[in-house]
Amino acid sequence: MAVTVRLPTVLRPHANGQSQIAAEGSTVSEAVSWLVGEFPGIAPNLLAEDGSLHRFVNVYVNDEDVRYLSQMDTALSDGDELSILPAVAGG
Amino acid sequence: MAVYRSVDELIGGTPTLDVSQLSPNPSVALYAKLEGQNPTGSVKDRVALAMLDRAEAEGRLAPGSVIIEPSSGNTGIALAMLGQRRGYRVKIVLPGNVTAERRQMLEIFGAEIIASPAEQGSNGAVRLALELAEANPDWTMLYQYGNEANPEVHYRTTGPEIVADIPTITHFVAGLGTSGTLLGVGRYLKEHAPAVQVWAVEPPAGEQVEGLRSLDDGYVPPIFERWGGVDLLDRKMIVRPRESIEATRMLATEGVFSGISGGAALAGARKAADRIDEGVIVFVVSDHGWKYLSVGAWTDDLDAAADHAANVIYF
Repeated sequence: MAVTVRLPTVLRPHANGQSQIAAEGSTVSEAVSWLVGEFPGIAPNLLAEDGSLHRFVNVYVNDEDVRYLSQMDTALSDGDELSILPAVAGG
Repeated sequence: MAVYRSVDELIGGTPTLDVSQLSPNPSVALYAKLEGQNPTGSVKDRVALAMLDRAEAEGRLAPGSVIIEPSSGNTGIALAMLGQRRGYRVKIVLPGNVTAERRQMLEIFGAEIIASPAEQGSNGAVRLALELAEANPDWTMLYQYGNEANPEVHYRTTGPEIVADIPTITHFVAGLGTSGTLLGVGRYLKEHAPAVQVWAVEPPAGEQVEGLRSLDDGYVPPIFERWGGVDLLDRKMIVRPRESIEATRMLATEGVFSGISGGAALAGARKAADRIDEGVIVFVVSDHGWKYLSVGAWTDDLDAAADHAANVIYF
């Protein structure tokens, strides 16, 4: 599946300054593996040591947080948009 | 009309309005819980009152005490109003990119404003307040993000009010800031109406926090982890500024003058309505619209208003 990954400001230096990347994958996990394969510098910022998502990172497929879908196994379709954002406070 | 002895008694017990006219699905009813009806115009009056009462009961506050709190606005305003009346000095750590009206309201209620860097958003305000509290051990930090009184007051008041007023509720939708409303109402609903789905909406954080040095500077409120937020929520979605403003304007057509986060909650409720066959959705309008007039939320061209909103914190 061809998907678009949107990177937050803090990760762009690890991806040649790009904010949007055309990626491949049929699940979130596959797309993240593809991304980390292309830009290895992203890995320590995105993933915990066991390969799960860093606790201060939220990943969204078409604006829905994957922690409440099927997490890293969430399926992707052609044209989906995967956004990576830092967890922030409000209030 | 009833007569009250103190503004404290005006907090909570907010009305719910049927806004099913705004539902995209004729088989789904939409109800708005109007938290802007609280005395300082937001849901945070409940939280500030509960945190002050708790701190006093625990002996953490005495007349003349200094209170310090990080807030993007509403909690600060509520603490300033209630704290001033009880004889406390209130200092609020406020990110630089909140609306001018929030600063003015803090001044009205006598709070001292300590500015934190705009590019670090609310996370930066939390960090600076924690540093200041540590450097000044005689100051009291109520710390809404870590204070049990925050979700508890919603468990004790907001949740029961919703079930009493709309017993047929199938979905609850609210904005995610400190997570207090979603945790407290969510836990109450799961205990008393376990089939109810709890949906969180949040603004896109990216553009507001360009100053984050790494994702290690991210922040998950301690109450969210202690109350098992990940298990309590059924869905969490981003609602973008343009959509939020459009929905905020829709609310105005029903006579609800809402803040932008209430518009985001309506947008989330409408998405939920689109995905189900039938149901009853209650969403929270967490504050009044007065503090967003300077953003041009109703009066500017939609794109210009969305751009302005993207640069201020409205959750």
